[in-house]
Amino acid sequence: MSVMFVLLPVALLFAGAALGVFLWAARAGQFDDLETPSVRILHEDD
Amino acid sequence: MPATEPVAAPITAGAVACAHCGLAVPTAAVDAAAPRQFCCEGCRAVWAILHEHGLERYYALRAGAAPAPAPAVDRLYSELDDAGFQGRTCRPEPGGLLSTELYLEGVHCGACVWLVEKLPGLVPGVAEARLDLPRSQARVVWDPRTIPLSAIARRLGSLGYTPHPCRGLAAQAARRREDRAMLSRIGLAGAVAANVMGIAFALYGGALDGMEPEFSAFFRWASLLLTVPSLIWGGGVFFRSAWSALSARTLGMDLPISIGLLAGFLHGVVNTVRGSGDVYFDSVTVLIFLLLSGRYLQRRQQRAAGDAAELAASLYPTSARLLEEGRVREVPLETLVPGVLVEVRAGDLVPADGVIAAGRSTVDLSLLTGESAPQGVHAGDRVHAGTLNLASRLEVRVERTGLDTRVGRLMALVDEHARRRAPIAQLADRISGHFVAVVLTLAAITFALWARIDPSRALDHAAALLIVTCPCALGLATPLAVSAAIGQAARAGFLVKGGDVLEKLTRPGRMWLDKTGTLTEGRATLVRWHGDEAVKPLVAAAEAHSSHPLARAALRALGEPPAGTRMEIQETHGGGIEALADGRRLVVGSPEFVIGRAGEPQAALAAAVGALAGEGLTPVLVAVDGRVVAAAGFGDPLRADAGAAVDRVRGLGWRPGILSGDDARIARGAGSRLGLPAEDCRGGVSPEDKLRAVLASAREGPVVMVGDGVNDAAALAAATVGIAVAGGAEAALTAADVFVVRPGVGRIAELLDGARRTMRVVRRNLIFSLGYNVVGVTLAMTGVLNPLMAAILMPLSSLTVILSSYRARTFGRPDAEEARR
Repeated sequence: MSVMFVLLPVALLFAGAALGVFLWAARAGQFDDLETPSVRILHEDD
Repeated sequence: MPATEPVAAPITAGAVACAHCGLAVPTAAVDAAAPRQFCCEGCRAVWAILHEHGLERYYALRAGAAPAPAPAVDRLYSELDDAGFQGRTCRPEPGGLLSTELYLEGVHCGACVWLVEKLPGLVPGVAEARLDLPRSQARVVWDPRTIPLSAIARRLGSLGYTPHPCRGLAAQAARRREDRAMLSRIGLAGAVAANVMGIAFALYGGALDGMEPEFSAFFRWASLLLTVPSLIWGGGVFFRSAWSALSARTLGMDLPISIGLLAGFLHGVVNTVRGSGDVYFDSVTVLIFLLLSGRYLQRRQQRAAGDAAELAASLYPTSARLLEEGRVREVPLETLVPGVLVEVRAGDLVPADGVIAAGRSTVDLSLLTGESAPQGVHAGDRVHAGTLNLASRLEVRVERTGLDTRVGRLMALVDEHARRRAPIAQLADRISGHFVAVVLTLAAITFALWARIDPSRALDHAAALLIVTCPCALGLATPLAVSAAIGQAARAGFLVKGGDVLEKLTRPGRMWLDKTGTLTEGRATLVRWHGDEAVKPLVAAAEAHSSHPLARAALRALGEPPAGTRMEIQETHGGGIEALADGRRLVVGSPEFVIGRAGEPQAALAAAVGALAGEGLTPVLVAVDGRVVAAAGFGDPLRADAGAAVDRVRGLGWRPGILSGDDARIARGAGSRLGLPAEDCRGGVSPEDKLRAVLASAREGPVVMVGDGVNDAAALAAATVGIAVAGGAEAALTAADVFVVRPGVGRIAELLDGARRTMRVVRRNLIFSLGYNVVGVTLAMTGVLNPLMAAILMPLSSLTVILSSYRARTFGRPDAEEARR
């Protein structure tokens, strides 16, 4: 059971990495406009 | 006699479709030899541009969503190249490039995104174009050494997307940063909540089956450490707001929230350090996450409404046409100085106060003064900024600009009253004061009771009570219901700028309606016709040659004239038209004009003219071959739905009245047809009088002002709730709390109904969440509550409120709602 002392921090590290990616995306403005990219991708031909 | 003659072939609608916009091509515009037909030059131009650059794919992408016909463009947009303007709105980019944001009219679908973003291929020198569809805003990056911004704007305009410089970019950027920060907080709070919950599951399992103390201590410390950033960064939003409310000696929902969060956290810290007792970290972190999400949703909805109103406002012209040595140059409005000469074309707004130097025309004062009848003006007359030039080109010597104009002074009044208006305490905030008192008292009682029964657990139980009563659901009850309603309202065509507006609209009081454009159509219309019906086609054919507003009105009522009538026309300014058509001599115009050329009319028609004037209508006589044969009355008729809407408003407990800039007789006439008492129908009211009337009513209770013009703006800002109706002036949009996208008073009743339904949902939510709190308090006081129960009970209550808010139909489908009830 003492593997817990290792597993929990490792799990939290993963969670922290995911959170870091989210924070980067939010700050880079990836969530500013949620509508246009959905139509843009349909028409990209080049 | 003309009626019995065979009429020239009528326009057959839908026979040929325009190759660009798909609308019917008028018969006259059909060119049988051409492979493609276009309804207008604008559409032909767009098609040619797309074809030339191999962009026909636009038509395939568009499939189904037909755009409006492209407007023919004659603007130069040279004001966009002004150095001062670019300094304010453009940003330098690497490589000597510049970038700016342009608001585009008429973008509506994916094909528009595709086409606008093809701009670099269409215009050499444009490096990048990105369109933000919901905001109709394009970011353009270009090389100023290769091409001026005005050329890019002209190309966008020729594609049918009339560009406008965006105002308030700094404010927009600030709001965007705020949004991103809020989203980051939610992300952190969510990640923390999920992980703390995961750890809490282990602890609950341990509590049931037993767990070695070192593991339980490890898990508690891990939860504690995880909770800290969420509490400081996420919960900080609530602590700050509660603190600023306290410093202002008011109470808000954030105070009990802060107490709950802090109690939960500190209690958890104490028990973690002691190594015994319960910890509520999972509840605390989930609370922070849910509350932040609610706050974010609420702000986004209100922001969307504010943005849309701002965009509509930015549609108003920001340029003036400066006349220098006989040449016209478009310059930004702000650069105008007294003494310069500007050109005002027919259909343009007058950019500044001044005196007409050359030209004669009619101007529409309705936005500025509320006077609906157009006024004839000629050289030497004074015209004001914000009035609309209707008939023909004018040259105006500028006297006052910007804030010194009459509009500018009115706007200063608007600012003053918008600032002075005190916000009302919302229902939830009023409850919160009592709530805090009750919860703190109950916590004290719990502590006192348990101190006698089992002193070691007294603190635990009191803390548990504070945590379980943390008004998550209560804090979400109003914001969620209101933001869901504001979202639905926006889809139904009401842009609501603040959360408290809907609540204010449920407390009936006075309602002042502006007449022009709100109760009435807002434009001259043919409402009466006495005499010979047979001359109507002939009149229409003659009026088709005139740009006078009454001639346009006659044409709308009588229909397009049969093609092919040969005409010789002579128009006398301020009088009427004389025409020679098919050998018959026609005179149409004011009574003096027509009588001077065709003699006195018969008694019946003379009486009709008197009756028209008595009704407040503008009379027009028609004479054929020297004999007066018909009398027409022009006016601004009530909207078809005005009667029913006013009745509905009255039925909801409001006392409607009219405040009109129009003649008192016309205002009373409209009022009596709506069943309003004469003392509530005031005409000839100046903007300042409107403001005074609203302030006087405000002393007696809530007052709602509905209007659309600059003349209403100050009153809109001073009213408890100001409602601006579409088609109005920018000033009205910025001053009002609600912007109704579609015109007409019928929508006002809908808005009031929607507000009532919204408040019903708010009250239902408050009752739900208070009910949950009663359960929670009972459990905590009896000492039965444990962290697992709190972890289930609290999100459950929030979930109920969320479902109740988003399932409710507040705006848009009242019929379905009533049928279900």
